[in-house]
Amino acid sequence: MAQLVCEELTLGYDRPILTGLSFEVNAGDYLFILGENGAGKSTLMKTVLGLIPPLAGKITRGEGLSAGKIGYLPQQTRAQRDFPASVREVVQSGCLGRRRGLRAFYSAGEKARAAQAMERMGITPLADRCYRELSGGQQQRVLLARALCAADSMLLCDEPVTGLDPAATEELYHVMDELNRRDGMTVVMISHDPAAALRYASHILYLGEPVYYGTREGFLATGAGQIYSGRGNRPC
Amino acid sequence: MLMTLPEMWDFLSLYLQYSFVQRAMIVTVLVALCSALLGVTLVLRRFSFIGDGLSHVAFGAMAVAAVLNLASELPLVLAVTVICAVLLLRTGQNAKIMGDAAMAMVSVGALAIGYLLMNIFSSSTNLAGDVCTTLFGSTSILTLTEWEVWLCVGLAVAVTLLFVLFYHQIFAVTFDENFAAATGVRTGMVNLLLAVVTAVVIVLAMNLVGSLLISALVIFPAVSAMRVYRSFRAVTLCAAVLSVVCAFLGLILSILFGTPVGSTIVAVDLAAFGLFSLAGRIRRA
Repeated sequence: MAQLVCEELTLGYDRPILTGLSFEVNAGDYLFILGENGAGKSTLMKTVLGLIPPLAGKITRGEGLSAGKIGYLPQQTRAQRDFPASVREVVQSGCLGRRRGLRAFYSAGEKARAAQAMERMGITPLADRCYRELSGGQQQRVLLARALCAADSMLLCDEPVTGLDPAATEELYHVMDELNRRDGMTVVMISHDPAAALRYASHILYLGEPVYYGTREGFLATGAGQIYSGRGNRPC
Repeated sequence: MLMTLPEMWDFLSLYLQYSFVQRAMIVTVLVALCSALLGVTLVLRRFSFIGDGLSHVAFGAMAVAAVLNLASELPLVLAVTVICAVLLLRTGQNAKIMGDAAMAMVSVGALAIGYLLMNIFSSSTNLAGDVCTTLFGSTSILTLTEWEVWLCVGLAVAVTLLFVLFYHQIFAVTFDENFAAATGVRTGMVNLLLAVVTAVVIVLAMNLVGSLLISALVIFPAVSAMRVYRSFRAVTLCAAVLSVVCAFLGLILSILFGTPVGSTIVAVDLAAFGLFSLAGRIRRA
């Protein structure tokens, strides 16, 4: 079942960065979006999330994927690194998008959802700790738990392993893989890490010359795929 | 003039019987509360100087109101300040023009135009004194009319109520605006609300400490609270309580020693910041 269909998209803020981009994401897919810096990866993600409008083309969200049902794991901002907030406060804020009407407090249902998300990410013991005092890997787990509060079926991650040490990187990929396989969560991940893409992805969207969209196996047969997998000759 | 403690008490209780002092007390506490509540999110969003910028805009608007000989300058000042706040804060995290440069331009521009207009058109014999009062507050807090106090009470209650109702949304937008927007929080509305409320608080606070010192009321309580506390809720509560206590103390001290109200309050805020920094350091050690 197609959860997200993008047809002939033109992306950019004022000037187009990318034109004629078409791809679709089906339930249970694990899509890696690869490309050089400036290829338009983050712009694509912001467009899909509805933060900026596409310059042309159409984005169709499938059943049950209205706003508030996509979980988003953004790149961390500098402001967040010294933000005074407890882990629980950050995770619970993920529930806000589903809320209708105004209340000064979280409902029992929202608290339960946040508690469940923290349990799933193994951060329940950190609930009262300060977010800024956690390690990079722990912070990503907190933000993932927050995304799970918002998402039922799809997670979008924007270079989630940036700045993580190798062990934490490995752990994060493992968590994502588990969410994808065990819980059937659709994962769309922007990445600079071709090795991880070739290991975990079911589909790959390569934003380069030429643009490729298709299965992982198909990508390996392309020129860019050869280079990324290390089988081809790297241009020096 | 040195007083013993009982003498101070007598002196104070004499003053507290005057209704203008009581009014000043009420307004001081309310303004301190509102500015601290807003201060936390403004400081965290790197908008510390919005208070400075908007108060200069309010100063300019006051000058225009004076030139036009308006009976009551508050409506015009409020309207102009709200519009500027919306324009400055609207862009949020995704600003295209650098927020600080835009803020500085609006701030000094309004200040210059305001002073220019006052110089050209003012019929007052004590222009320097008028300007000084607007910039540093000095005695205007003690000359509030009953109507102004009620207006201040109403606005302050509204601000506090809005803050409580939108508390979680404000947290979400402050912590991560993009995530909030992507998951369906109406960030545009929250930003607009914050802008309007900020403008209202700034205009209210001008009576208390004057244009130049408003930033202190916004920034000091929040930053002091962040030295010690580590959750958003604790920081917000601490900033609100600290701000009220400091403002109250500052007002009492200014009555006792005959010092200017605004700068005395800011001095107390500064001292509290020192104490909280120390406490934070001890706690971490």
